[in-house]
Amino acid sequence: MVETPPTPSQGAPAVLTAEGVAMRFGARTIFKDVTFEVRRGEVFVILGGSGCGKSTLLKLLIGLMPPSKGKIRVLEGDWTGLEGEARRALLRRIGVMWQSGALLGSLTLAENVMLPIEAHTKLPQAARALVASAKLGLVGLGDAQDRLPAEISGGMLKRAGIARAMALDPEILFLDEPSAGLDPITSAGLDALILSLARETGTTFVVVTHELQSILAIGDRCIMLDKEAQGMIAEGDPKRLRDESEHPTVRAFFRREVM
Amino acid sequence: MNACTRGVHGPGQMPSAPFQAETEAGRLVLRFRGTLDTAAATAGWEAAHRAARPGDPLTLDAAGVTQLDSGGAALLVSLARQAGAAEWREPTEAAPRGALERFRKAIPPEPPAPAPRPFRPLTMIGAATLDRLRAVAARMAFLGETVLASLRLIPRPWRLRWAEVMRHLDEAGTRAFPLCILLGTLIGVILAFQSSVPMRQFGAEIFIPQLVGISLTRELGPLLASIILAGRTGSAYAAELGTMRVNEEVDALKIMGLDPVAWLVVPRILASTLVMPALAMVMNVTGILGMMIVMATLGFPPVAVLNQLEQWLSLEDLAGGLGKAAIFGLAIGYIGCQAGLSAGRGPRAVGDAATAAVVGGIVALVVLDGLFAILFFRLGW
Repeated sequence: MVETPPTPSQGAPAVLTAEGVAMRFGARTIFKDVTFEVRRGEVFVILGGSGCGKSTLLKLLIGLMPPSKGKIRVLEGDWTGLEGEARRALLRRIGVMWQSGALLGSLTLAENVMLPIEAHTKLPQAARALVASAKLGLVGLGDAQDRLPAEISGGMLKRAGIARAMALDPEILFLDEPSAGLDPITSAGLDALILSLARETGTTFVVVTHELQSILAIGDRCIMLDKEAQGMIAEGDPKRLRDESEHPTVRAFFRREVM
Repeated sequence: MNACTRGVHGPGQMPSAPFQAETEAGRLVLRFRGTLDTAAATAGWEAAHRAARPGDPLTLDAAGVTQLDSGGAALLVSLARQAGAAEWREPTEAAPRGALERFRKAIPPEPPAPAPRPFRPLTMIGAATLDRLRAVAARMAFLGETVLASLRLIPRPWRLRWAEVMRHLDEAGTRAFPLCILLGTLIGVILAFQSSVPMRQFGAEIFIPQLVGISLTRELGPLLASIILAGRTGSAYAAELGTMRVNEEVDALKIMGLDPVAWLVVPRILASTLVMPALAMVMNVTGILGMMIVMATLGFPPVAVLNQLEQWLSLEDLAGGLGKAAIFGLAIGYIGCQAGLSAGRGPRAVGDAATAAVVGGIVALVVLDGLFAILFFRLGW
C-alpha cells in the first residue's frame, strides 16, 4: 500500500457539485436539500443505512435520472439538457462500477472491458486488448480474461466491474457498494486499490457504501444520508465524524451501537 | 517534429504521428514526447509498428513524455512486445512514469497460444448421443418425480397449495380468454369463408356448418387453444421457475424440507390441465359464432345453421376434443416446468428455458395430436 500522503483534496478544484438536490417518487420524498461538492483527487464517500437513498443519489450524479429539484454539475457539465455528442463526451470522462458488476453475460471479461474503449475511441483491436488486459491485471484478474461472468465469483465480478469502469482512464470513478458482500481480505485489497489509484493517478472517487471499515480506510471526506431526516445529517472527514459527532444517528453508525 | 504537443488531438484535427524515428549506433530509437494519449496512440499506431520491424533491436525513448494514458501505454508496450526485447528510456516526469509502470506491471505475461482443438468426428457424435440420452433420462426422472409427488398428494389433498392453483388457473385461463375469443372468432370466419368457395360450386353451402363445426370441436379448437397455452403459459412457467432456480429459491425450498416438485410443479401442471378444456370450449363456441356470422352474410339464418349442427355434431366429437385438450394442457405444463427447473445459471439460461418450453410444448402437442388421430380412427370415433 501507499504510505499515507496528505489528503490531496485541500484547496483542489471541485469536479462535482450538488446544490439543494431533492428526489421524490410520487408523494414519497427520498431526500431533500442535499448539497455538497467533491474535489479533484479525493475519495468521497456517500454513506448511510439501508434505504436512505444512497444508490438513488448515485443515479442522479451519473445522470441516469434527473433530480426532482436542485442542480448537479459534473466536470462543469449539467446532465439535464445534455444530449448527443456533448453527453457522450461527458460520459467518456466518468466511469461507473455497478453494485453487482453489471457485466454482459455473453461476453468474456476482456470483451466486457473493451466495450467502452470500442464505443469511445478508435484504438485498433490490438491496443484495445492490451488496455483491457492491463485493466484486468490491475484488479488482479489478469488470468481470468477469457472467462465469462457466470464462471467467476461475486468478488471477481466486482473487480471486473471496476476494471471496466476504469477502461477509459476516467477522471471520476463512481463505485456502488464496492466492498459489500466481499470477504475481508478481498475487500481490503479493493480498498488499497482504490487508494493507490486515487493517490497515484489523481482519479476522483465517489463511493457509495455502508461498510464502516472501508469508509474509514479510504474516505477523505463523506456525507451521511439518513432515512428519517430525509437528507444529509453529516458532512466531513469520516474519522473526525466517528470521534467528534454529537448526532445520535451518526454516533450509532460509526460506533455500531443499537439505537 | 513537434507532433506530440497538446494540440494534436484537438477536435476535428487529424493528429500526425506522435513520435520520431532515429538510428543511433545501429539501433532504432523511437522517441515520444509530450502528450501520448489515446488519440495520439490511435493516430501513430500503424506508423510506429511499421517503423519498428519485429525482432530488430529497439529503444523506446519516452523520456520526454509528459502525459500518458492507457492508450499511449498500450502503444509503447505493444511496440516492445513486437520487438521482442526493447530498451526503455523511462519518462522523466513522475506522473507518466508511474502510469507506464502501472500499466506494464498490470499486464500479465503473454499466455502461450492454446493448442488447437482436435477434430474427432466419431468422439463428437458419441458425446452428442450421450448428452441426448442423459437429457432423456433426466426428463424421465422428472416425470417419475412429478407422478410420485402427485400420488403422495392424493391421500392428503389439503397439502396441495390450492391458492396457488387458483392463481395459476386465473393466469393461464381467465386472462387467456380475450385472446381465445379473438382468435376463435377469426378462425371461424376464415374457415367458413375459405370453405364456401369450393362448396358453392356444388351448391353445398348448407354443409359449411358441419365442416367448420366438426373440424373446430375435434381438432382446431383444442389445437389452437394449446398453442396459445404453450406460448403464454408454458413459457411463463419456464421463465418463472428458471428465475427461481437461478436465485437459488429452489435450493432453499429443498433445504426447508419442501419438495419443489409438489410445491411448484404440481399446482402448475394441475392448473394447465384443468384450464385447457375451458380454453378449447371458448375456441369452439366463438369459432362457431364466427362461422354463423359468415353464414348469415351468405343468406343462411342462424336457425338453419343450428339445425345443421344439431343434426351432425355429436357429444362424442365435443368430449373427445375437450379430453384431448386436457392431455395437451398436461403435456405443456409438464414441459414448461421441466424446462424451468433444469435451466442453467445466468440470465441467458432463463431465456433458453422459455424457448425450450414453447418449442418443446408445440412439438409435443402435434405429436400427441397425431397419436390421438390414429387412436380415434382405430376406435372409429
